[in-house]
This record gives sequence, structure tokens and C-alpha cells, in this order.
Amino acid sequence: MTGAILRPALPGASLPAQGCAEQPVLRERGQREVFCGLTGIVWLHRKIQDAFFLVVGSRTCAHLIQSAAGVMIFAEPRFATAVMEERDLAGLADANEELDKAVSRLVERRPDIKMLFLVGSCPSEVIKLDLSRAAARLSERYSPDVRILNYSGSGIETTFTQGEDNCLAALVPQLPESLAETPQLLVVGALADVVEDQFARLFAAMGIDDVRFLPPRRARDLPPVGPSTRYLLAQPFLGETARVLDERGARRIAAPFPLGAEGTTLWLKAAAEAFAIDPMRFRAATAAAEARAKRALEPLHAELSGRSIFFFPDSQLEIPLARMLSRELGMQLTEIGTPYLHRQHLAEELALLPEGAQLSEGQDVDRQLDRARAARPDISVCGLGLANPLEAEGLTTKWSIELLFTPIQGYEQAGDLAALFARPLDRKTRLRV
Amino acid sequence: MQLTVWTYEGPPHIGAMRVATAMEGVHYVLHAPQGDTYADLLFTMIERRDKRPPVTYTTFEARDLGTDTAALFQRTLKDAYERFRPQAMLVGASCTAELIQDDPAGLAKASNLPVPVIPLELPSYQRKENWGAAETFYQIVRTLAAPAPADVAGPGKPAREPGQRPRCNILGPTALGFRHRDDVAEIAKLLGETGIDVAVVAPLGASPADIARLGEADFNVVLYPEIAGVAAKWLKRTYGQEFTITVPIGHGATRDFVAEVRRLAGLPEGEAASSAPASNLPWFSRSVDSNYLTGKRVFVFGDATHALAAARVATEEFGFTLCGLGTYSREFARDIRAAAETYGVEPLICDDYLDVEQAIAAAQPELVLGTQMERHIAKRLGVACAVISAPVHVQDYPARYSPQMGFEGANVLWDSWVHPLVMGLEEHLLGMFRDDFEFHDAAVPSHLGSGARVAAEPARAVTTAATPPSEAAETRAAAAPDGHLISFDWLTEAEAELKKIPFFVRGKARRNTEKFALERGLSEITVETLYDAKAHYSR
Repeated sequence: MTGAILRPALPGASLPAQGCAEQPVLRERGQREVFCGLTGIVWLHRKIQDAFFLVVGSRTCAHLIQSAAGVMIFAEPRFATAVMEERDLAGLADANEELDKAVSRLVERRPDIKMLFLVGSCPSEVIKLDLSRAAARLSERYSPDVRILNYSGSGIETTFTQGEDNCLAALVPQLPESLAETPQLLVVGALADVVEDQFARLFAAMGIDDVRFLPPRRARDLPPVGPSTRYLLAQPFLGETARVLDERGARRIAAPFPLGAEGTTLWLKAAAEAFAIDPMRFRAATAAAEARAKRALEPLHAELSGRSIFFFPDSQLEIPLARMLSRELGMQLTEIGTPYLHRQHLAEELALLPEGAQLSEGQDVDRQLDRARAARPDISVCGLGLANPLEAEGLTTKWSIELLFTPIQGYEQAGDLAALFARPLDRKTRLRV
Repeated sequence: MQLTVWTYEGPPHIGAMRVATAMEGVHYVLHAPQGDTYADLLFTMIERRDKRPPVTYTTFEARDLGTDTAALFQRTLKDAYERFRPQAMLVGASCTAELIQDDPAGLAKASNLPVPVIPLELPSYQRKENWGAAETFYQIVRTLAAPAPADVAGPGKPAREPGQRPRCNILGPTALGFRHRDDVAEIAKLLGETGIDVAVVAPLGASPADIARLGEADFNVVLYPEIAGVAAKWLKRTYGQEFTITVPIGHGATRDFVAEVRRLAGLPEGEAASSAPASNLPWFSRSVDSNYLTGKRVFVFGDATHALAAARVATEEFGFTLCGLGTYSREFARDIRAAAETYGVEPLICDDYLDVEQAIAAAQPELVLGTQMERHIAKRLGVACAVISAPVHVQDYPARYSPQMGFEGANVLWDSWVHPLVMGLEEHLLGMFRDDFEFHDAAVPSHLGSGARVAAEPARAVTTAATPPSEAAETRAAAAPDGHLISFDWLTEAEAELKKIPFFVRGKARRNTEKFALERGLSEITVETLYDAKAHYSR
């Protein structure tokens, strides 16, 4: 196998010696039943409330976002597509001119917008439309009212959540330089507002003040970053964002991800140790919430324990979820598929995984379906294109997209997260039709 | 580039998928990057299909570009054939693959598969979903239909055996269509009762072998001209099969359709038909209870087939007044323009959601008959709405039998168009007791549950673009004939009096009053002006 790394010493003494850090990974190449990075716009445009996302792409891109959003949001959304037409392909000069026109129409229509992302797509990249130059050109025109950035959400380069990674990475060069001399904590990755507020309270209780979040809720509230910044990833799919943060001198705090009671404690504890918080104070700040999370998980443990679960690749959340479901709820792991395995960021997670689970990276969907049919798991976690066909074959499924559109991180959501997996099984036992 | 918020149609390869998914024994290999597989969920989630669409995507990545995307296509094609063993294959490219020009048609030919392979050229940057469905169905029919007998020169199949019933094909229904499944059942039943057998339904449920038999029928029934029009014309040229023009949506159109198929089938005129159970629509519409529907302003927007049909039904069978007619199907712009002229309204040929919204707000309808997009627009404007056309939503696949076509379809139209409206008596009571705290005009119709209307009056921005919303309460502006804005000063009493008019006609009253004031050069609107205008326009 390749890519095996030494497991770093983990904070806390509760970790098992074994794990799946060095297990072989099945690498697959074939049809991928996953979204492209444009899909992240569906939650990012809600998170950053004065940002607008303009996809520069084809009718397919517009149709994808509309379909992935599932229900059409009852308002003019803060995203749109500049749909390329035949004449845009004829010459790049024209395409740039057309793009400028589309942006000016948009800026006129939405004076409330403070930040505009030009989002690259498969066709814009194949014709080599340089959106970074377009963003620079347009920034000049609309500065300081509107800041214009760009990133790629194209399917030839990004899988689903990597769109958020690219978006946040595009924000990093815009962050003001931090002048602080004492260490400052930055939490990276889009979280539901309610989860963000809970984490801010927990950090404050343990004595870490002035915690900042990326992305911010408002485009003008960009958090500062610099050599004094210590950052904690809240999502496992932020490889590029971490890389550019490192370039600005920030340092990552290695930790598992805040899913489940244990995961949340280890995640908070990693920050506490990096900020040299007194362990007693850490316990005092987190004990009650952790106990509450464990109480919430108890009844779900009875429902889920011993049940087998199969993950189709989707969001890169699969490994942290598998860890939480196996360690805190006693579920049996069959295959854990992930679109991309970032070994460094997931080192702590892999160390916690029980032995015996098959990891797979990439996808050949027909072959993976064959494996799922052979394994007959109690529950399969998969995308919307596969769920009903699997249900029709008698396999119970959990839609993976809900894991991105629901607050699942932190202590207060641990029970909700487990309930997402228990509900399909509960439903199956109720129905007599 | 076209700035697009929501799209009415997907790209043309989605149309091809709708045809492939509708059929049996067909597999589609699509040269496409990761992410294009989103299209599967349209079928598995919106339509709740229990199988994946028969589509394999090559999923090329950036690193494949310029190296071996062509080899990847060939490998994928071969693997898909081995795994699924279809009787015919479709090959094509999505928008991105179209740019890299790998020539799926040539590659497929070189692969020498033992089944017919139909290459699809669907220009993604020019065409859209319905065009893609029509082109795909046409190519399938052309490739798979059996060679025409040499002696076919015109209409005139070999004479039927005595006692043998005439036969027709039903063309056009696809996967992900608006009530296609139920329309097929209803029309097949109607044809059977008329004395005509159905030979093949295509593409929905048809296998390549069924397509080969298309030429055996006496004529074709075209349910959805957007999808089956091109194929039907080719079948006419090739086999001399006539095809139907009437789309049987509504009571009258269904009767016309029966007459048309009887003629095409060579059945004697005037016989039967009357004995067949017709719809309840005529009596429901004539019943005295329905008086309140008279002249209600209706805005119709959808695909051309459904919009044209709805315009006829709304005016002839419900007694509504058409205040707008439009379509996103540019291919059928001419038909919509002609119809709009006969109804005396401006045609709206448009696939820009924001423009449609503006047109609806300006027309101030009391009912919108549109797509899921217009449902959102109507909700925002506080106007009743019924969905008559794709684009669809999971709600457009009801569990119950719910056709749009035929006599049962007319019953369905009656129920679903009347339901969103405030009922007759309730409308009168709202008018009489406007200040009742429980019965105020912002409440939704009592049979539609609790909740408040989003906006009692359509957006003012339409006529007052130059007026900031904050001062719009009293002063309004309108464009004078010479283009400069005239502002109206609604006196407080006049504004209060206007509020006593039920919300569903208030917009019209305001508009008429301002028009009346404008024509007379009045800048101040009093209670007297309001009633003068009312008297003026009621003549």
C-alpha cells in the first residue's frame, strides 16, 4: 500500500493501540455516482449571507444545482448560472465580454451583494476561460463595494464537498493579516449557525476567547490569519484550504472530527491542549454537555448496535461517520467508501477505526453495487441516484446528502446524527405494507 | 451568456435520458465528467423509479484530458454492453465531452458491438431537453424501424381483414413526463372504446423490437408534439402513416380527438362517441355554483402543448378570461403567437424565470396555470396556482390515477384548477365583511388550511421601479405616454377605501384607477376618483 504514515501521538490517553491506519485501501476507477463541487453552493450561499455564487458553465450546471437543491428555495436564491452558448465558445474575448455583462447585470440587480464568487465548471475549464483574471478585472471595476473571487467547482477536478474546500481556499488570500502575538483559534469548515454558537460557548467556557470561524456569516467579517493562528478543521474535506492556511503561517491542530460525543470531546481537547488549557477546566467546560450527548445516544445504541453499514463514497465524511457509528453505537462496518482519502487529515480518525473494515477510494459504481448486494448490509449510505433502486432491492438506505444539510456536529447534535441512521430502520419495522 | 436562476429545461442529453429510461432493452453510454450523474436522481427521486436509469457515464477527469478519453469511452461502452446486454445502445456526449470532440459515434462504430448502436448528436450549447428527447426518439425510430415495403406510396396500408379493428401507435410519452403514464392509460382506453386497437406505445415501455413494428399500424397518435412530432413526420414520409394533430386535453379537445381518430381509422362518422362516458366537466361548469368563476383572470405558461390546451380549456370550458399566454418551448413559438392573437393577449416566449415572474406580476391574474416555477411565483405574489406542465416536482407524480388527457383528464383539470381558488360564497362573504378579524382578506381560502398570504397585492416594483419601496405606501408613479414618470398621491381615505376591496381584485382596481387618473391628468386620487374609475370601467 502507499501513503501509510506514522500515527502521530494523540492527545488524550483513551485511544486504542490498534486501528485501521495501515489497512489496505481498495482504489477504484470507473463511473462515479457523486455530485461535482458545484453542489456545495447549495449550503455555502446560505452560510455566507451577503455572498453570491455565479457559476460560469452550461445548462447542465444550472440544472444540476437546481436538482441537487431538491426543492426550489422560495426566494430568489443567491446563486445563478451564466449559461454559455454557442457564440461564447467561438472566441474567448467574446466570452469574457459576455461574462462582464452578466456580472454587471447581476450587481445591478443585487446591490446587497458584498462578495461575488465566479465558480468555474467543466466547460469553462475545458475552454480555458481564465476566471481568476476575470475576477481580478471585475474586482477593479466593482471595488470596494463588491469583492470578486473565483474558484473551481468543476466535476473534472472536484467531487462534491471539494467545492467547499476550493471556495474556502479562495477566501484565504483575502483574510487580513493577524497582528496578534498570542495564539488565536480559527475553526475551518462551514457549520450550521447553531453548531457554531455552541462551539463558541464551549471554547469560551474552557478559556479560549476570540474564536473565529471560516467561512464567516458575513463577507465583511473575514477572520484574520497569520503565524499566531492555530486552526481546527471542522470538516474532513478541506485539504486545499489547509494548504493555503499553512502558507500564511497558520498551523493545524490535528484532531478527529467533531461527530458524536467522543469525537467532539477529542476535537475540543486537541484545541485545549494546543492552547495549554488546564485539563480540569476542560473537563468542567465539557463534562455536562458530553454526558448529555451520551445520554442522547443511549436509546439509539440499542437500535443500532450490531447492525451492519455500508458507505458509498459521497462527501468524505464517511470515515469520521464510520468511526462514530462503530465506536459509539456498536455498528458493524462493511465497506467504507470515500471519494478521496486525505491520510494526513484523517490520521486520527483512521487510528480509531476498528480493524476489518474495507476502505475504498474512488468508485466504479456497478462493481460497488455488486459488493453491496453481496454484503447485504442492514443499512447503506448512498446518494440520491442510488437510494430508491437499492430500497427496491430490499436494502435499507440512508441518503448521504442529508448529512451535509443537517446540523450533525457537536454534543447537542450527536443524538440527532445517530437518529438519522436509526430512522430508516425504525421505519422498516413499522411498515406492514 | 444567459444569466439563469432556474431553468425550465435541462440540457438535451437529459431529453435523451428520458427516452432511454422510458424504453426497455436500451442502454445509453454518455461521455461525461463526474457530476453529470446527478441526472439519475431526477428519475429515482422525482419520479420515484425503482431502477437506475439505463445510463453509463464515462466519468473523465481533468488528468484524462488530452490523453486517453477516447479509450476511456470505448472501454466504458464495451463494459456497459457486457454488463447490461441491451438490444440496442445509444451513445453521445454531454456538454463538456462535446467540447473535447472525441467522436463517440465513430468510436462506437469501431467497437463493432453485435447490437445496433445509435449515435446522438445533441448540441448542448444550442438546444435543450425537449429537443434532445425529440431528436433521440427520431434517431431511434429511424434506425430501428423495419424497412418500408416498396409499394408504400401514400396513405393506404394493405386493406384490413374484415372484422379486424384499425390499429394505431401512441407516440411521445417518456420517463419524467408530466402525467405521461396516466395519459397513456386514459387514451389507450378511449381508443379501445372507440374501436381502435393500440399496436405500440413508444418510447414509454417500448423495446427495440416494438420500434421495429411501428410501421404496421394504420396511423399514429401524437400525444406530445414536442417529443414525437419529428418522428411522426418521418413515419408519415416512410410508411404513409397519418398522425393526429389534436391533443386531447379538456372535454372539447377530447371530443375533437375522438372525431379525428375515427376519421384516420376510417370508421364511420357520427356513430358511437355519444354513448361513451364523457367527463363531468360540462355539467360542473354549467352548474350555478360555478358562476363565480366567470371572467376570472388566468395566466397560462408551460410547455407549448399544455399551455395551448390550457388556454382553450380555461376560456371555453371554465369561462375564465385569459390575461397572459406563454411558453418556454421556443420551437413552438409560432403556435403560441397565433393562439395569443386569437385570445387578444401578448404572447410570452421566454425561458427566463425572472421575466416570466415580471410578466405575471404585471398581468395581475387571479389564477396562474403554470409549471412548478410559476407555482413559486404565484406563491410569492399571493395568487392561486395549479400546475399544468413540466418542469416537474415529486408532487407531480401522485399515487392516484390522475391523467390530464381524455375525459377523466378533464375531470382532473376541473378539480385541480378550481381547488386553489376561494370558493364562490366565501368570496362574497370576504367582500362583505372585510374587517372581520378572523375573516380578513389576507387569510388563505378556508379549505386550504391555515396560514397567511405572503403578499396580498402583487409587487409594486413592476410599475414603480423608480420609487423606493419606503415611500411607495402613499405615492405611486406610473409612466406617462411620453415616458416620464407621473406620481400619484393616493389620499389616505382613498387608500383606505381601496383596502376594502377584496384582495383578488384590488390590484385590478388600483391599476384601473391609476390608468383613469393618468388619462385625465389627475395627480391626486380621492375616494371620488376611485369610484369614478369603477363606474368608467364597469361600462
